[in-house]
Amino acid sequence: MKKLDSSLLNMVLVLTCVAVVMGVILAFMNNLTSTPIAQQKEKALADGIKMVMQADDMTVSRIDTLRLLDNKNKEQVFVVYNNEKGAAVESTTNGFGGKLRVLVGFDTEGTILGYTLLEHSETPGLGAKADKWFQEGEKGCIIGMTPSTPLTVSKDGGQVDAITASTITSRAFLLAVNNAYNAYINQKKED
Amino acid sequence: MEYLLIFISAIFVNNIVLAQFLGICPFLGVSKKIDTSLGMSAAVAFVMVLATLVTWLVQTYVLVPAHLEYLQTIAFILVIASLVQMIEIILKKVSPALYQALGIFLPLITTNCAVLGVAILVIQKEMNLGHSIMYAFSTAIGFGLALTVFAGIREQLALTDIPKGMRGMAIVLVTAGLLSLAFMGFSGVDGGLRILLGLD
Amino acid sequence: MNYLNIIKNGIVKDNPTFVLMLGMCPTLATTTSAGNGLAMGLATMAVLMCTNFVISCMKNLTPDKVRIPVFIVVIATFVTLLQMAIKAYLPQVDKELGLFIPLIVVNCIILGRAEAFAAKNSPVASLIDGVGIGLGFTLALTLLGIVREILGAGAVFGYAFIPEDYNILLFVLAPGAFITLGYLIAIVNKLK
Repeated sequence: MKKLDSSLLNMVLVLTCVAVVMGVILAFMNNLTSTPIAQQKEKALADGIKMVMQADDMTVSRIDTLRLLDNKNKEQVFVVYNNEKGAAVESTTNGFGGKLRVLVGFDTEGTILGYTLLEHSETPGLGAKADKWFQEGEKGCIIGMTPSTPLTVSKDGGQVDAITASTITSRAFLLAVNNAYNAYINQKKED
Repeated sequence: MEYLLIFISAIFVNNIVLAQFLGICPFLGVSKKIDTSLGMSAAVAFVMVLATLVTWLVQTYVLVPAHLEYLQTIAFILVIASLVQMIEIILKKVSPALYQALGIFLPLITTNCAVLGVAILVIQKEMNLGHSIMYAFSTAIGFGLALTVFAGIREQLALTDIPKGMRGMAIVLVTAGLLSLAFMGFSGVDGGLRILLGLD
Repeated sequence: MNYLNIIKNGIVKDNPTFVLMLGMCPTLATTTSAGNGLAMGLATMAVLMCTNFVISCMKNLTPDKVRIPVFIVVIATFVTLLQMAIKAYLPQVDKELGLFIPLIVVNCIILGRAEAFAAKNSPVASLIDGVGIGLGFTLALTLLGIVREILGAGAVFGYAFIPEDYNILLFVLAPGAFITLGYLIAIVNKLK
């Protein structure tokens, strides 16, 4: 079959046909996959909450989005996932490499049950160790602590060991945890 | 002030080539001489800013309202390809000399992952239009800086005696690695700048 | 057309990473670990096989002057399909490879191969070429990933076997990518 020559009509026709066919295929696939994609997102969040609340099963009773002003009058957003054990609070600060998003699980007294890093751009092998460093049994463990007095690194006179060579990430992380605690306590007061 | 932070951060701290690995093909392919590097950088800068502007508008006013976000990849690449085509035609008419100088590089910008990469990144980072344009502009400067510095090094490298096995791409890549290492020295500058400018 | 030869060609003589030196961006960015390199290689191979096949089937219906836009639309479609599938069924991969999945669209290997092979050969041969080049790319990326993971994290495919104190962090960071690839190419040059 001889190749179609490059007349303007042929070019426009072929390009349009190809675009339309591809568009239809994409729309069809999008339909097929949009539910699984949404389910994956929900599952990831649910798993995160279960992990930080140290529970095998967790039902979120209420989700609150709090917008608070910090001491520099900048708005901070916290998402609080209330549940039977307490709440999982999502808090964001500026880390060494970019935004640091942490999910902290508190019991009803405000004691830390667990945490996980949702998003970070910290250096692998240094600041990125924050996902394990502050967990149970590790050098900078914060599980079981209550940030009624803000948690600080030992360099700043506090009780938490900072990640070796990653003081900035450690400080940012603790700030996120402290902010999350304050947001939760704030919300409980208003309830 | 946010704009200054974006500017410094995109050029030095998160350099598009040396830290984010976008735009490597032209980086390795075009950086043999300083003047071609400068020409390529200018062309890329122009396309990048224009492309980011148009794709941002397409995303915000066409794809999102019509729930067609899944067409992002295809829409963006078509915008970029069309822009490059248009620029080629305009350049041919307006400045044939420049068109000749850029030669094959111009159509190659379509496949420059840095251009598509930046267009997608500003959407992912949820930047507004102003910040997106600043980011694209700064990234292009960062690209140009990396490219030109590297060309300077390569011009010197061409005069030295290199072991046979390392000649060609091998020594080029190792050198790029050392340049990337040097740029790592800028990490944390954006954090400090943020505090200095009172943005934290 | 000997199909076995086509595959061997893609892996050795026309290896996209070590010989043709195409597709450098994902090569450097996604090889922080063996697993990531392997995933990226396979993803690219999947797209390459589909685009080579479809473009070859369409080659007589595609007027010459409009072939590049047509190729781009086809490639972009398959990349989007891949993106959807990964987001829906392999969210871990989505997290690790991030931006580089949509960037497969501008991977010079795919457009380059469409031009150099699929536009001139039969659909079946083009499909096999996609397999060959894809395998070549995957092998290169996995090898690079293995080296970087062993040197930088003391592990391979997630199994750590070197104590943390001996890990040279540089290799999982940006400079390490350049340097490792540089030396691997030097070694390949020596072996040629």
